[in-house]
Amino acid sequence: MASNEEILSGLAEIVNEETGLAPEAVELDKSFTEDLDIDSISMMTIVVNAEEKFGVRIPDEEVKNLKTVGDAVSFIAGAQA
Amino acid sequence: MTRKVVITGLGATTPIGGDVPTMWKNALKGVSGARTLEDDWVAKYELPVHFAARCSTPALDVLSRVEAKRMDPSTQFGVVASREAWADSGITEVDQDRLAVAFATGIGGVWTLLDAWDTLKEKGPRRVLPMTVPMLMPNGVAAAVSLDLGARAGAHTPVSACASGTEALHLGLDLIRSGKADVVMCGGAEAAIHPMPLAAFASMQALSRRNDDPQGASRPYDLGRDGFVMGEGAGALVLEAEEHALARGARIYGELAGTSVTADAYHITAPDPEGLGATRALKAAMFDGRIQAEDVVHVNAHATSTPVGDKPEYTALRAALGNHIDNVAVSATKSQMGHLLGASGAVEAVLTVLAVYERKAPVTINLENQDPDIPLDVVTSARDLPAGNIVALSNSFGFGGHNAVIAVRSV
Repeated sequence: MASNEEILSGLAEIVNEETGLAPEAVELDKSFTEDLDIDSISMMTIVVNAEEKFGVRIPDEEVKNLKTVGDAVSFIAGAQA
Repeated sequence: MTRKVVITGLGATTPIGGDVPTMWKNALKGVSGARTLEDDWVAKYELPVHFAARCSTPALDVLSRVEAKRMDPSTQFGVVASREAWADSGITEVDQDRLAVAFATGIGGVWTLLDAWDTLKEKGPRRVLPMTVPMLMPNGVAAAVSLDLGARAGAHTPVSACASGTEALHLGLDLIRSGKADVVMCGGAEAAIHPMPLAAFASMQALSRRNDDPQGASRPYDLGRDGFVMGEGAGALVLEAEEHALARGARIYGELAGTSVTADAYHITAPDPEGLGATRALKAAMFDGRIQAEDVVHVNAHATSTPVGDKPEYTALRAALGNHIDNVAVSATKSQMGHLLGASGAVEAVLTVLAVYERKAPVTINLENQDPDIPLDVVTSARDLPAGNIVALSNSFGFGGHNAVIAVRSV
């Protein structure tokens, strides 16, 4: 199981790969759309890459609830447990 | 009165140069961009053709990784070429509602399409990228160029196989003449050096199989020609209403004096052996530009190096220009860079514009035994073109019986 810190840094890598945003800009309280300017297409790519990286399944209907980076970290941590 | 349209910016990324200055230097020198393919898929799929002409500068050397991620390779090439042309035009301010795009492709996002199919089969639907559709659509390159430039007077994608790039210029001229736009970014882009298109073109016997001599394989007009060499890349030209260019003191390369498009309605792939559709296209472009045969000093020929294709073009040139064709310097630049399919017309238009502007005709390589049935004056070492008012033509023909011709006049 990855720790929350490991999930955050893994997510930051995925976001950087997809959007070019600096990994340190990906913080728990940041909103994907409002703060990081990530559109829905990039979000889906990030979700699928996160599923692969963390060995979890993030259902499509769950994606709209992942408003902040922290939401995503919590969901992934919960799904891994 | 018809609006006059001039060319004020040029861009290209090709197998013989990743920008216009490099391409032009090599085109006058005479080099081959063809190489043996090192990819493992050549052996894996037992492809009968082992070589192609890849772009000399990978698009990823120019674009950022994140930019490139959302673009099919064909779109990457198109954006690279259009940025060069835009910078070259020197346009700093433009009414975006009067700026259009006419950017062609022959096939579109074939890498994206086939990669997504492989992903679906190997990893399932969830792994198919959400950007797949906008990356594979043929209008992807026109759309990306429009986004990049903020062009809002329409982003068009003429598709007519290997005539596409030339047809884009035909459309661009119309957009300005008809008053729908003042500036048009025209071009063509292609990236189809993938095992499937190579297998498909080889299957129809269109590709050269000179595997032991890739650089000698593209040999238009030579008796030993046995097919074309697959190339890739993009060309881009900024068309501008003359009054718009003059108002900003632009450097003007030449006038896009006339264009035309015709269809053979003869056979889906074979050229009309008498070249009737091509003849009509040549005559129509000259009529459109009020050009007399005697004005024409140079032709950038379609000349793909296929056994059946090169001759009807000659027949058409003689029919359209009469015996004056004997005085015309003809260049077959696919001998150097291979056949860029939907991008070829755009890249060859760049070369044609430069030929008129610099008054030099680029080189045809690999012509050792000229086919006696094609007695053209072929340029085999860089040749000066005359002073005074001159016109050059560029032909493109595509599967489907498409014929497209542009005429460029010196200014």
